[in-house]
Amino acid sequence: MQDARVGCWALFKVFSHMAIMGFGGVLPFAYRHLVERTQWLSAAEFGQLLSIAQLLPGPTICNLSVMVGQRYAGVAGGFSALAGLLLGPFFIVIALGVAYQGLVHHPLFVNAMRGMAAAASGLILATALKLAVGMLRGTAKPDAQGAAGGAGLDLARTLRWRRLAQIVLLVAAFIGLGVAKVGLITVVATLVPIGFLLFAFVWRKA
Amino acid sequence: MNDDANLGGLAWHLAVLSLTAIGGGVVLVAPDVHHYVSVQNHWLTDEQFAAMYALAQAAPGPNLLFVTLIGWMIKGWLGAVVVTLAAIVPSSCLVLALGTVINRHGGGEGRWAGALRDALAPLAAGMLAGAAWTFLSVAGAGWRGIVLALAAAAAAYSSKLNPLWLIALGALAGAVGLV
Repeated sequence: MQDARVGCWALFKVFSHMAIMGFGGVLPFAYRHLVERTQWLSAAEFGQLLSIAQLLPGPTICNLSVMVGQRYAGVAGGFSALAGLLLGPFFIVIALGVAYQGLVHHPLFVNAMRGMAAAASGLILATALKLAVGMLRGTAKPDAQGAAGGAGLDLARTLRWRRLAQIVLLVAAFIGLGVAKVGLITVVATLVPIGFLLFAFVWRKA
Repeated sequence: MNDDANLGGLAWHLAVLSLTAIGGGVVLVAPDVHHYVSVQNHWLTDEQFAAMYALAQAAPGPNLLFVTLIGWMIKGWLGAVVVTLAAIVPSSCLVLALGTVINRHGGGEGRWAGALRDALAPLAAGMLAGAAWTFLSVAGAGWRGIVLALAAAAAAYSSKLNPLWLIALGALAGAVGLV
């Protein structure tokens, strides 16, 4: 679905705008700009592109910008959207780095940075928690139609196993990356195939 | 700035890592980048590394800019540009290559994508918790830092408060000596 009205410059501008607004994460602003303001995407299209952007490697919001840019203006559009997303924040972040270098010998500033770093790791933890709770809710209750049928008991058992497997994978990923520090590549290369095979063949959704 | 730092090595490392970071965003590269930059090569101290992520969180734009700051700390402007490109160009090219297919046929709904999503959800949650743990252990804030992080996590989880406020409150708690 190529749309002649949306060119590289428009993509650059819209993505620049949402990036500069995006304190504490760009995604909510991406929705506001792409779906509500410009109406380049419907809510359903946004959801679909977002879920693909999360499945692909690399920063989710960058993947999304490349897909939207490419949809409207080809490869050049993909890079225009990506450049818009990164250029403004790039200079802002460096300005913060300059300030950091200038202030780093003040004890007060060093203490403040320590508190900021602890709060920032808490924010990552909150994202992990949201993902975990969403996942457990998804497997917690068998869907009504399946449970009403004769296969209800089997389905409930499968769901229990799926949930147990997900919890084991979660804990293994935490220990591997955070505690044992075996490295991202090892964690992903071992656990993604195991999880994929389990959920594709052993306990697949009905 | 570190004149001896091997920028090419860091860029290659990041390019490979960013292609591996699936399901949870770019934060997942943090434990490996910390090991490479602070433990193995001593280009940044633990506190500097933790501070770079906190600064990037306080700025607008994608979180991946924390690697930009790490590149800037190590090699100035050149480091910032090279490291940023290394983190985004490989994955963006992959997206462009797949994009033609995605835009024409859709995607992400079938059985295989569903199984992949089922596998990635717990792994992303676990790996994100691992990355959070890495930052917490290098920030040098001790048990009080852990309490602050858990409080920030609870607040971010249960409210729609802009995360920037929590970062600011964390800075305040640090400045007045609570952490």
